[in-house]
Amino acid sequence: MYFHSVTLDENKCMGCTNCIKRCPTEAIRVRKSKARIINERCIDCGECIRVCPYHAKKAITDPFEKINDFKYKVAIPAPTLYGQFKTVESRDHILTALKKCGFDHVYEVAKAAEIVTSETKKIIHKNGNKKTLISSACPAVVRLIQVRFPSLIDNILKIESPMELAAKIVKDEFSKTMDISPCDIGVFFITPCAAKVTSIKAPYEKEKSFVDGAISISDIYLKILTNLNEIENVEPLGQSGFVGIRWANSGGESIALGTDNFLAVDGIHNVITILEQLEDDKLEDVDFVETLACPGGCLGGPLTVENLYVAKTRIKKIIDEAKTKSTCTQCDNDYGYDLLWKGNFEYKPVMKLDKDMAVAMRKLEELERINRGLPGLDCGACGAPSCRALAEDIVRGNANETDCIFKLREKVRNLAVQMMELEGKMPPVMDKDL
Amino acid sequence: MKEGIISKEYVIPANDFAVAGEASSNVKKILIQLGVEPQAIKKTAVSMYEAEMNVVIHAGGGRAFVEIDEEKILIKIKDDGPGIPDIDLAMQEGYSTASDEIREKGFGAGMGLPNIKKYSDIFNITSQIGKGTLLEITVFFKVKEFIKI
Ligand SMILES: Nc1ncnc2c1ncn2[C@@H]1O[C@H](COP(=O)(O)OP(=O)(O)O)[C@@H](O)[C@H]1O
Ligand SMILES: [Mg+2]
Repeated sequence: MYFHSVTLDENKCMGCTNCIKRCPTEAIRVRKSKARIINERCIDCGECIRVCPYHAKKAITDPFEKINDFKYKVAIPAPTLYGQFKTVESRDHILTALKKCGFDHVYEVAKAAEIVTSETKKIIHKNGNKKTLISSACPAVVRLIQVRFPSLIDNILKIESPMELAAKIVKDEFSKTMDISPCDIGVFFITPCAAKVTSIKAPYEKEKSFVDGAISISDIYLKILTNLNEIENVEPLGQSGFVGIRWANSGGESIALGTDNFLAVDGIHNVITILEQLEDDKLEDVDFVETLACPGGCLGGPLTVENLYVAKTRIKKIIDEAKTKSTCTQCDNDYGYDLLWKGNFEYKPVMKLDKDMAVAMRKLEELERINRGLPGLDCGACGAPSCRALAEDIVRGNANETDCIFKLREKVRNLAVQMMELEGKMPPVMDKDL
Repeated sequence: MKEGIISKEYVIPANDFAVAGEASSNVKKILIQLGVEPQAIKKTAVSMYEAEMNVVIHAGGGRAFVEIDEEKILIKIKDDGPGIPDIDLAMQEGYSTASDEIREKGFGAGMGLPNIKKYSDIFNITSQIGKGTLLEITVFFKVKEFIKI
C-alpha cells in the first residue's frame, strides 16, 4: 500500500509534458491525456506541483475541521510559517493568531529542532569522520535515497525529525500536566510541504507517527491573517531560539551544528547531483550534508503562500528578534528520549527491471535495442519523459513502440509504400500489356 | 553479444571534466535496473569513477569496456597515455604527480589507485611507459563471493 500526498486533479490536467520531464524519479506518465503518477516511484517532493502551469497537481492535507475530532488540540507549526506574514509585530503575534484558529495550545517545531540539533552533534562526534552523514530532515530526499541511491542508506542520519519530536513532547507533557489521555490530544503539523504529510500518514522510519494530522500553511493562512488583526493579549508562545527557527532556511540545520565542514544543497535536481558525488566518494572530506528537496529549503515549500525570496527576508526579521531575546538555543535533550529510528529502513528497488537477474539482464538488452531505434528527441509526446523511459516502459509491458509518433509515422509510411507497390501489380488475367 | 553477458563500451574524453564520470554514472544506473546489491553498486561506482578520472587527468583519454554477468562486473579501463613508471609507488596512498592546476580543481589527492584496490574484489594493473595503462577491476555482486578482504 502506498499513500501519497501528491495527487492529480483530473479536471485540471491538460496532459502536457511539464511534470513528466521534471519528475526526479520518472514517476509520471501521460495516459489518455491525463498525467498518471506511478505510486511506488513517487517521493512526494512536490516538484510537479511547482511546475504544473494548470495547477493540476495538488497535495492532500487534512481539512482544518479534523482538529474537532480531538478534545485537546495542539498546533505544531513549521518555522517556515514565520516567513509568510508582511507586517507582523512579533513571532508571538503569529503564534497567538494561530492558536486563536481553534487550538488549545501551540508548540514550536523549531524548539524540537534545537533538541534534534544537540542530539545530532553527539552523533557526529561519535561518528568521528568515518562517513559523511546525510540529513534526514527532508522526507522527500530520504525517499529518493531509498529508491535511487541505495548505497547511501547507511549515510542517512537516522534521527527523529523535529516534527515527530515536537508531537511526542506535546503528548507526553500535556497528558502529564493536564492529566488527559494521550489519545485525546490531537497534534497538528502546520506544513509547508507534501512530503511531510506522507511521512505522517505512511512513515518510513516507524509504525505510526506521533502527529495526528497535517494542515497546509496555505489552507490556514487566511484564518491566521484575520486573527492577527484581532489580537488583544499576545501570549508568550515562542519558546525556540533563533537556531531552531533558522532550520526553515537551506543551511539552517547545518549552521546549527557548529561545524564548518558541511555542505547544504537545495532543489531536488541539485540534491541528485550531490548524492551522485557522495556515491562516488567524492565528498569524503565533508562531515555533514544537508539536502532539501525544495529550492531555498522549506521556505520554498509548495504549500507556502509567500514567494521564497520575500519569505527569506521576512523570516530574517523573526530570527533577529529571537536573537535579541535570551531564550536558550543550546537545548539539551532533557526528556532523555532515544531519538534514533526504531523501524527497519530498507532499500526499495523500484527501478529494477525484474526480480530475476537473468531476466532483468535480457530486459535491459531489449530496452537498449529499442532505445537505439527511437528518435532520441525526448519529446514526451508518447507520455514518457524520455525515449529511454519509453523503451523501459515497453520492456515492462506498459507501452508500445507505436506510442512514439515518429515510429508510428515510419510504420504508416512503410505501409503506404507497400500499398503503392501492390497497387502497381495487376493479376495476369486482367493485364492488357502482356 | 554473448549469451548472459551485457557488454558496454565507453569513450573517456581527455581533460574534459564536464563529461568525466559519465561512464561510471551510466553503469550505476544499469546496476540499479538489474537489481544489484547496494554495496556492490557502491564499490563499482567508486572504483570505476576513480579509474575514469585517472584516464581523464593523467592519460589524455581512453576507453572503458564493461562486462556484466549474473555474478559480477568486470571493468577494463584502457588508455594510450604515458604509462606509469613505478606502479608500486603510484599505488601508495597520497602519491600523485597531478599539477597544481588539477589540485585546485579538487583532484590529485593520490588516493585514486589505493581506493580502486580497496573497493574492487580483483584488481589488476599493467602499464608500459610510452604505450599506456590497463586497469582490470572486478566486483562481485554477492557477499559470499567476496574474495579479498
Ligand atoms: N592512467 C594513468 N596513466 C598514467 N599515469 C597514471 C594513470 N593513473 C594513475 N597514474 C599515476 O599514478 C599516480 C597516482 O594515481 P592516483 O592514486 O589515482 O592519484 P591521483 O590521481 O590523485 O594523482 C598519478 O598521480 C599518476 O602519476
Ligand atoms: Mg586519481
